[in-house]
Amino acid sequence: MTDPDLLTVFTRILRDLLGDDSIVLAMSTRRNDVDGWDSLMYVTFIVAIELELKIKYRVADVESFETVGDIVTEARTLLG
Amino acid sequence: MDQPAGQSDFRLRLQAALADTDARARLDGLARLAQSRLGVVETIQLDRALVRSATDSVDGYARVRLAVLSTNTIDHLLPAIRVAGLRYKLRLDVFSGSFGQYRQELLDPASPLLQFRPDLILLSLSARQATSGVPIASTAEDVEQALARAIEELRELWRHARSTFNATVIQQSYLDVSEPLFGSYDRLVPAAPSRLIARLNDLLAHAATQENVMLLDVAHASTRDGIDAWFDVARWLQGKMEIAPQAAPHYGELVARLIGAQRGKSRKCLVLDLDDTLWGGAVGDVGTAGIILGEGSAQGEAHLALQRYAKLLKDRGVILAVCSKNEHALAEAAFREHPEMVLRCPDVAAFVANWNDKVENLKDIAERLNIGLDSLVFVDDNPVERARVREGLPMVAVPELPNDPALFVRCIADAGYFEAVSFTADDLRRGEHYATDAERQALRGVSQSADDFLRGLEMSITYGPIEPVDLARATQLINKTNQFNTTTRRYSVDEIARFVAAPENLMLQFRLADRFGDNGLVSVMILRPADDDADALEIDSWVMSCRVFGRQLENEAMNIAVEAARGRGIRVLRAEYIPTERNGVVSGLFKGLGFAAVPGTEPSGASRWILNTAEYLTPPTFITRRAPRR
Repeated sequence: MTDPDLLTVFTRILRDLLGDDSIVLAMSTRRNDVDGWDSLMYVTFIVAIELELKIKYRVADVESFETVGDIVTEARTLLG
Repeated sequence: MDQPAGQSDFRLRLQAALADTDARARLDGLARLAQSRLGVVETIQLDRALVRSATDSVDGYARVRLAVLSTNTIDHLLPAIRVAGLRYKLRLDVFSGSFGQYRQELLDPASPLLQFRPDLILLSLSARQATSGVPIASTAEDVEQALARAIEELRELWRHARSTFNATVIQQSYLDVSEPLFGSYDRLVPAAPSRLIARLNDLLAHAATQENVMLLDVAHASTRDGIDAWFDVARWLQGKMEIAPQAAPHYGELVARLIGAQRGKSRKCLVLDLDDTLWGGAVGDVGTAGIILGEGSAQGEAHLALQRYAKLLKDRGVILAVCSKNEHALAEAAFREHPEMVLRCPDVAAFVANWNDKVENLKDIAERLNIGLDSLVFVDDNPVERARVREGLPMVAVPELPNDPALFVRCIADAGYFEAVSFTADDLRRGEHYATDAERQALRGVSQSADDFLRGLEMSITYGPIEPVDLARATQLINKTNQFNTTTRRYSVDEIARFVAAPENLMLQFRLADRFGDNGLVSVMILRPADDDADALEIDSWVMSCRVFGRQLENEAMNIAVEAARGRGIRVLRAEYIPTERNGVVSGLFKGLGFAAVPGTEPSGASRWILNTAEYLTPPTFITRRAPRR
């Protein structure tokens, strides 16, 4: 999966979770940039990605992600 | 597929359901979506739609306020609870306690919980607090003392929850997320973490029985699914979620199922297909001797396992029926003659084998057993029959059986159709009742008239006030009865106990026996003083088991109630009929008993009735009275 592929998947998941079709995620997007993306929804988002891509992020990484790009890049690494 | 980019198919189906302008149709549409297996994201989407489409009250959906109080984070579980509620026709308003604040929320006189007025309080607690501080070298006695203290504290919280909030308490069992310390030897060390939790759960179950607290057994569910399906250490570290988000749909289902069971939404009857379901092969083709059943064949043992499970269900009070496309005589012969059959004809309350449409046959079964179609579970290996029944009778539960008979039992068991919150002597007697019902029907057949039949039954009634020993059965009857139920008010065992304790109430129970057997406690009448008239009693609730319709029991019960009322100097009995989708059978009850209609119908369609006890003409019945129970 390429980065744009992953961004598309992530955007769909976050739209479904927050019920907001105006969301468009970019590599530089931060959590604060998206309305309603609170800490609970952050964990839920990570869970949804993990279930869909069948990957598991390290706890330390989830804690240090700053941008959507960080999450995408790590997903690409984990997918191998 | 021409769906907009970034929109999943599920969202389109949600939007279609939400487009309906009628609130009932909208909820029905969402409830249909809730029937499919939902993932984490779909559950959240469906919940958002549900909360958004909420209107005050919708016919057919009971509104229930549930407070969830916890030592952990539970916010991620609430959508799944609300969504699962739809499957049981419940609109759950859920109050989420703050993280770790469960004690304060219960005990604080200014708690926001007071305003919420919960019907139910669910305590979802981690074992960590209760088991921490027990040194590993503790003796069994020390362990017992430490755990007893934890349970005692819980008991006080339960009592407080009941007395302050008048709520029914649901206590969650403790999830065992511990790691082994010694290995196999853990089981021999009283203070090993897994031993502490196992013992704590034992003590919890014991205390819950004593205090009439409902138990939500997530510990058992997690041993069935494996702890990894329930607990994810990453989520615990990230958000103090002891139940992982991916377990939320299952958790919500267990919560809603339990509340549904308390509210009489559990199924009552298992309807079984025969060929390739209860045995392998078609008995019409291969004959009784040729069917695949029993020891010696793996497939034969799989079918036998289903029979054994059905028999166990029957023994705990579930009604069994057969619905098969077969020659009746041939199908029955297999039940009588095959040596490996576990189920025999007397186990089956309604045996239907013919070539008619199964939709019509299921209607016939429900009618014969005098239960609602929404009490049926239809088990059939044939996907065409399943689809036909789902289409024709959406209220019948139709499990999507796996195509391997080896998995039939697990599929039926996991669906939790027959979830119960009590187990009474009457459950044990139910099978006997249906076994003897054939004899009653035979008597009806040879009787010249309805009176002859009733006389021939040699019925006797035992009656009296509801005693503590009757509480479980009386509560079960009040909550499970949908047809002969004048007001369909549901009460917890605590509430019934409180009614019983107040001498101004007249709490009557009736048991009916006949020459073929004892039907047990089959009717309950709750009469409470009227607010505005010291000489009047109001029939708050009156329920009767469908097993004894048409036996004049309602007449004899009213005779007894009027006598008891007169004995207390009561001049007037008032009654109310609140119509539901299911209680049409009592729409003319009070008129038939000589009550006068109070002019004016309420917007809900409810009607009010009044009876002057001095003018009541006691109609004779064919029921002999036994001495009132003391």
